[in-house]
Amino acid sequence: MLITLLRNPKVRGFIFQFLTVIGLVAFLWYIGINTVANIEQRGIQTGFGFLNGTAGFGIDQSPISYSEEDTHGRVFLVGLLNTLIIAFVGIVFSTIVGVIIGILRLSKNWLIAKLARGYIDFFRNIPLLLQILFWYNVVLRAMPSPKQSYNFYDMFFINNRGLYFPLPAYNITFYTILGSLVVALLATIVLNAWANKRKETKGEDFIVIPWAIGMFIIFPFIAYFLGGSHLDFSYPELRGFNFKGGKTLSPEFLALAFALTIYTATFIAEAVRSGIEAVSHGQKEAAASMGMSNYQSLKLVILPQAIRISIPPIINQYLNLIKNSSLATAVGYPEIVTVFAGTSLNQVGQAIEIISMTMLVYLVISLVVSAVLNWFNHKMKIKER
Amino acid sequence: MIYSKLAKISLATIAVLGLGATSLNADTLSEVQKQGFVKCGVDGGLPGFSEVGSDGVYKGIDVDLCRAVAAATLGDAKKVKYVALNAKERLTALQSGEIDMLSRNTTWTETRDTSLGLKFAGVNYYDGQGFMVTKKLGVKSAKELDGASICLQTGTTTELNVADYFRTNKMKYKLVSYDTNDQVLKGYESGRCDVLTSDQSQLYGLRIKLEKPNDSIVLPEVISKEPLGPVVRQGDDKWFNIVRWTYNAMLTAEETGVTSANVDAMLKTTNPDIKRLLGVEGQMGENLGLKKDFAYTIIKQVGNYGESFERTVGMGSPLKIARGYNALWNAGGLQYAPPFR
Repeated sequence: MLITLLRNPKVRGFIFQFLTVIGLVAFLWYIGINTVANIEQRGIQTGFGFLNGTAGFGIDQSPISYSEEDTHGRVFLVGLLNTLIIAFVGIVFSTIVGVIIGILRLSKNWLIAKLARGYIDFFRNIPLLLQILFWYNVVLRAMPSPKQSYNFYDMFFINNRGLYFPLPAYNITFYTILGSLVVALLATIVLNAWANKRKETKGEDFIVIPWAIGMFIIFPFIAYFLGGSHLDFSYPELRGFNFKGGKTLSPEFLALAFALTIYTATFIAEAVRSGIEAVSHGQKEAAASMGMSNYQSLKLVILPQAIRISIPPIINQYLNLIKNSSLATAVGYPEIVTVFAGTSLNQVGQAIEIISMTMLVYLVISLVVSAVLNWFNHKMKIKER
Repeated sequence: MIYSKLAKISLATIAVLGLGATSLNADTLSEVQKQGFVKCGVDGGLPGFSEVGSDGVYKGIDVDLCRAVAAATLGDAKKVKYVALNAKERLTALQSGEIDMLSRNTTWTETRDTSLGLKFAGVNYYDGQGFMVTKKLGVKSAKELDGASICLQTGTTTELNVADYFRTNKMKYKLVSYDTNDQVLKGYESGRCDVLTSDQSQLYGLRIKLEKPNDSIVLPEVISKEPLGPVVRQGDDKWFNIVRWTYNAMLTAEETGVTSANVDAMLKTTNPDIKRLLGVEGQMGENLGLKKDFAYTIIKQVGNYGESFERTVGMGSPLKIARGYNALWNAGGLQYAPPFR
């Protein structure tokens, strides 16, 4: 009976899988117990109580208010937000640069195609850490000291402490203008949908772009007067050692964002190029024979199919960029690895808790990004009719 | 066939389950004697404290302590395996057992002594935090640093002291923190920050690495107490005692005038203090679980504290740091060893 049961491949398969799972769980359990026992034996504190302890150290750049008296929990939050900022900026800019370079790479103009190719080959093959350090030290060396800053109309300043620009105060006028921009964006989307529908039903063209530009200019203008026409700018000015007022982008942030963009864009460009090349030539010929212009065939026939093919490799590049942002620790941009898994870890010494939390952050961000893009990918798939 | 396979897998599973927790060996001395060398964590790039010399050999006051422990436990000061660690890695490396002891200009603090599971075995250098600025700024005192940008190495007590100092003096500052001392120096040289802050001893060491050392000055203020010393793990009192009394032996040798040059002659002394130190009388070595003449070996191969100090950071070195707080207690300093008795 037992032997016949064991000879049944299904049952046998189940037994072995079951034992493997048990073995795996037991192994992890053993590691966990062993770690806890060793940590306790060494008198090292465990648990997450440290998150409520005072951090005591300063952080230069923080999107939320932060002072030395805040807790390590707050440090975690500051680091997380800084990671999200650099990831967002990196993804937006590397996508723009990547798509442009990818298309230029296929240009019929020999010089442009070769330049694009040279750019890709050069920056793709140098380690990212070196690029970050290079740009950072170049920025520091090339820029003047605060007293000799490059001055643009007394509003924008560039020096080796960063890029300074004026910042409007957050009053009613500011928010009205911000709201008007959102309205303009929504109106453009609606207008675009309407134009597409008209094209489908009546076959008449409607050029949206001039209308959209008009809205983006006129709406804030109207909003300025509606909102009380009172905009307060805080201008950067040199006081003592440094500039005060306005907003600053630090050299650390600029170098990191620049290096991440330049590096990741090469991979995105290649993904875009391979996507475009994967669209069969017949599609382009068919578009041409239907009387479409080059631009129309690119926009309506080639790119929709190319994007479909490019999305999976581009997702990978986004995930890489997010994880690569942790190299910021080399130049001291205060993202989560630098401040939380670095400084906080050193002050409280609870490596396991802190590193686990940091890993979890990257895991969650990456999973969310890939979930969103997979949804997008699903939406872009060929719809069988 | 299937039975035997099944039996093997089940056995392995049971074995893993039944084993439970095995703990790491807490007897560092026998481990060191078994492996034949002391794994010592050092900075590796800090002039005077621990750096690789032009002959490829580690030297410095922190390195001398590693060598002294190796001499005491293994009878040979050369039997040290150095592990260069940055400020962020050092404590974790000790906690996890990657190194046997840490001798890396590490400040003795309450947190490190308690919740981090470590023990400081002594203070081999009394230091304090200071500021270095370029002369061009025209700053004469740290009180004039309101609004300045400050470069420092992350993972140190330095960042906490700066925060405290500027807060108490109601001044603002901009922090630029780097991973390594080299990048700190680069940031300072390129003008990313106005001020470089670190322990005073390090400031002098970093200053001689600058392209134009004379363009920078160290401000007079010392804003913190930085007792630097060797660290071991909690829970191994025997090893803790060995490191502590190795250091005390070096201090006692200086106090009693025993040097690497005269230690052989001193074996015939009539002074009971020296007799006990060198193992001619008493049970000092055995009490620690070491050879009777452990202190003799240390002094013969490494020298006493004063010799080590002068050779590495003092007048015999490029740093030329005066003894100051690090003079013996009977010479107006703080270095004081409990008696060998």
